[in-house]
Amino acid sequence: MESNLITEDKQKNKLEKAFEILKTMASKPSGLIGLTIVLFHVILALISPYIAPYDYKAISPNTMLLAPSAEHWFGTDSLGRDVFTRTILGGRTALTVTFFGSLIALLWGGLLGIFCGLVGGKIDDVVMRVVDAFLSIPWILAMLLIVSLLGTSTEVLIPALGFFYGKGIVRVARAATHDVIAKDFIVSARARGHSNMSIIWNEIIPNVRDAILVEGAMRWSWMLLGFSSLSFLGFGVSPPTPDWGLMISNARGLMSFAYWSVIAPIVGLSSLIIGINLTADAFAKALGIDRSTKAPV
Amino acid sequence: MNEIIESVKNLSIGFNSQKGKQISILRNVSTNIKKGETVGIVGESGSGKSTLALAMMGYIKQGLFPLKGECLFKSEDLLKMSSRQLEKIRGRKIAMIPQNAGQALTPNLKIGYQIDEALRLHTDLNKTERDKKISELLNKVRLPSPETMAFRYPHELSGGQQQRVAVAMALAGKPDLLLLDEPTTGLDVTTQAHVLELLRFIAKDTGTSMIYVSHDLGAIAQVSDRIVVMYAGEIVLEGPARKILKEPIHPYTYGLLKSIPKLSLAGLPASMPGSQPQPGSINEGCSFYDRCNLATDHCKKNSPDLEHIKELDTNVRCFNHKELINQNNNLQTSITKKSNNSEAKEVLKLKDVSISYAKQKFFDQLLNKISDQNPTVKDINIDIKKGETIALVGESGSGKSTILKSIAGLLKTKDGQIKFENDRILSSDLKMRNSNDLRAIQLIFQNPDESLNPNHTVEQILSQPLKLYFNLSGEELKKNIIDLLKKVRLGEFYMSRYPRQLSGGEKQRVAVARAFAAKPDIILCDEVTSALDVSVQAAVLNLLQQLKEDLGTTYVFVSHDLAVVRAISDRVAVLYQGRLCEIGPSQNVYKFPSHPYTEVLLGAVLEPDPDIKPKLVAEDIVEEKPPEKGCSFQGRCPRKIGNICNSEVPPWQIGENGNAIRCHINIEELASLQQ
Repeated sequence: MESNLITEDKQKNKLEKAFEILKTMASKPSGLIGLTIVLFHVILALISPYIAPYDYKAISPNTMLLAPSAEHWFGTDSLGRDVFTRTILGGRTALTVTFFGSLIALLWGGLLGIFCGLVGGKIDDVVMRVVDAFLSIPWILAMLLIVSLLGTSTEVLIPALGFFYGKGIVRVARAATHDVIAKDFIVSARARGHSNMSIIWNEIIPNVRDAILVEGAMRWSWMLLGFSSLSFLGFGVSPPTPDWGLMISNARGLMSFAYWSVIAPIVGLSSLIIGINLTADAFAKALGIDRSTKAPV
Repeated sequence: MNEIIESVKNLSIGFNSQKGKQISILRNVSTNIKKGETVGIVGESGSGKSTLALAMMGYIKQGLFPLKGECLFKSEDLLKMSSRQLEKIRGRKIAMIPQNAGQALTPNLKIGYQIDEALRLHTDLNKTERDKKISELLNKVRLPSPETMAFRYPHELSGGQQQRVAVAMALAGKPDLLLLDEPTTGLDVTTQAHVLELLRFIAKDTGTSMIYVSHDLGAIAQVSDRIVVMYAGEIVLEGPARKILKEPIHPYTYGLLKSIPKLSLAGLPASMPGSQPQPGSINEGCSFYDRCNLATDHCKKNSPDLEHIKELDTNVRCFNHKELINQNNNLQTSITKKSNNSEAKEVLKLKDVSISYAKQKFFDQLLNKISDQNPTVKDINIDIKKGETIALVGESGSGKSTILKSIAGLLKTKDGQIKFENDRILSSDLKMRNSNDLRAIQLIFQNPDESLNPNHTVEQILSQPLKLYFNLSGEELKKNIIDLLKKVRLGEFYMSRYPRQLSGGEKQRVAVARAFAAKPDIILCDEVTSALDVSVQAAVLNLLQQLKEDLGTTYVFVSHDLAVVRAISDRVAVLYQGRLCEIGPSQNVYKFPSHPYTEVLLGAVLEPDPDIKPKLVAEDIVEEKPPEKGCSFQGRCPRKIGNICNSEVPPWQIGENGNAIRCHINIEELASLQQ
């Protein structure tokens, strides 16, 4: 005998599933706002080279520190460059570096965490103590060291950021794995004699994927802040490449009389971070990982 | 006595589906609870019995809301009251005892404090009066040494004792109505019998009305005066307990009673086909139509009303109930199973197996040995023949699952050997076993919700063992999966389903199919039916038996339920604290003489018959560790003969009924004692 609930819930392919999740995310105002902001920034990063009204590195002594006007919407900076142009271009490097950085963090942090959670015992102990040791090092000092030794190219920044932001993911992935491995389907796979790799791939990853992805999304926004801090300190991207962190750093001394050149990059950076945070929260809720469950009564 | 204290009138409770449709979980339920009466509400999971019981104390689960009807407690409608008014009634007038007392008690507050809290809320006693009342209550629920018990934490008590504390808390406010939601479901058989006995005593002693909700007709039969049978959100049968259990005139109750395995009966119980309809899927006609063998075309179109039968004092919702009135002698039918041939070869041999959970000391870890003088499981010797079903029986902590795990290679043995086919020793380390040995032994777990990966389709689940052991792929893999599904009577369309889209019975069928995918020689069944509803349980047992007869598989069947064991097994081994007490052919283990522990277990079995009362011979204390020396059952044995039981391990004796018993009492003497 068939029940109606089952027939309604036919199997969906992956694309439909992803679309369903997006739809759920957009159904709440906070999720919709977050998604819109992130989408806006991504599109902007893609098309900004074609719509930028000026050359971002064109220095002009005639147009130094002009206030916003019809010609220069966000004014100009101390070297006479158009702030609007530099702001819309300023997210490109940050987004690329942190996106790939987060992917690397997710990959190594997630896999190591799952592995430690599964094998346990001495290997787990040793690895987790090493991770703890790394957690105790102030990341920004370590990053400064790496950058001053190896340079500030994106080839260095992406793996370095990915490494430092993956440590936290190790812990989350390990905890999520611990929840799953006590279940009988893992015991069953073990008793059948599947290898550790096969158990990780087939049985564990589908069940911890969501938790790790949500954590990765949260890490992305933190990494964005971290990357901008590096630029602010002068260790991120090198001038004249437009970057929010760098722009804030350059303009902060002139804040008292040329506020426009610092406000635009701040708005750009903080809106993106808020957007990612909102999206990550909505993502978590859409996947059913809700951290604010209420008591039943 | 005939004063009605709560009455439910035409109550319907439901929820709004995602598509905005109104779906009811309870449909037009009406019943009355009289003063001093115990009413048992029985039904399978999803029948709405808990929703009804909770509504009777004015509580409706989140997401649900009352559609119509009322719940009158002393002529006040509970469903219309404000939470302030309800606060005054709950605890003082209506109290509840939850299913799992271990989770309902706050873990970091002492028992006495928690009862005191209930007294402060619901009575006007002062401090000294309350202290006196606490030990009075603890005494009433027959907890040992009530004075010191008040200073204990919940985790220091056993499950049965925690349940007693919950009863004491519920009694604190002297309620008129006590609501019990599956209060003995998680408990061991002996403990369960004791708690039920206590409840019956309290009902008589205090005159409290009780509503007892359970899926277990055995437990219901022991406590209830009147029984309400629920099916798909409706009351289908309601009447005096004796009438309902002995002369059920609704086909659902009739089938349900028939599908319960009974101690007095060898062979498998008859199973009921199908499963309960999902809420909202019934549009017209009788909700039991699909599974009923009395159904006619009339039942398909028209839904029957609850009809009062005067001579039986029973309400029934069936057009054809008259056909069942004189049929009740058939309640005791069973399907006989083929007995296996006793000449068969031995396939698995456990020789002096001991298993320890003790943590290895550092030095022992280096030498890779376990030094534990008092291991959890000790000296297990069992020979298992090909095609046989051997059952391991015992209460929780008896080591039955532990033995199963070490056969599967999931737990290392401390001493002894596990030999497989032709006396070849199986390594106790899973990684050292070869692929063929791994294939030969498969496991089926208790809870199919946990043993199936929720993110895999049935196809993916079944392809795991097929890929691993036989390297199948493509069309061949698919063909094999369809064959497997057919074997467990599931259609091809189940392949794309996820476990959450299946019912409990269907899930367990998939788990059975996965075990059989490996073409195993031995299947280890760990409480495979205890998470299932009775009617589904019978179907799964029948399926297992059928598959065994077709494929010649050997089962090692672990269960705490003696009646289920009796139904399916050829041989039974009774375990207590990881030591064997008795082993023998299943039809004989249930005959005396038997080991005193077996006697205790048999006495505590609850039959769905008000005339068979459990015999409570031993205390329901829980021992945490097996005794260092002597007989394993010395702590609770009602027939203990003296010091010899404490100091010497009893010898094996073989009775005339063919089962081996490990006891100091001479077997003939035991036989005459148990007459």
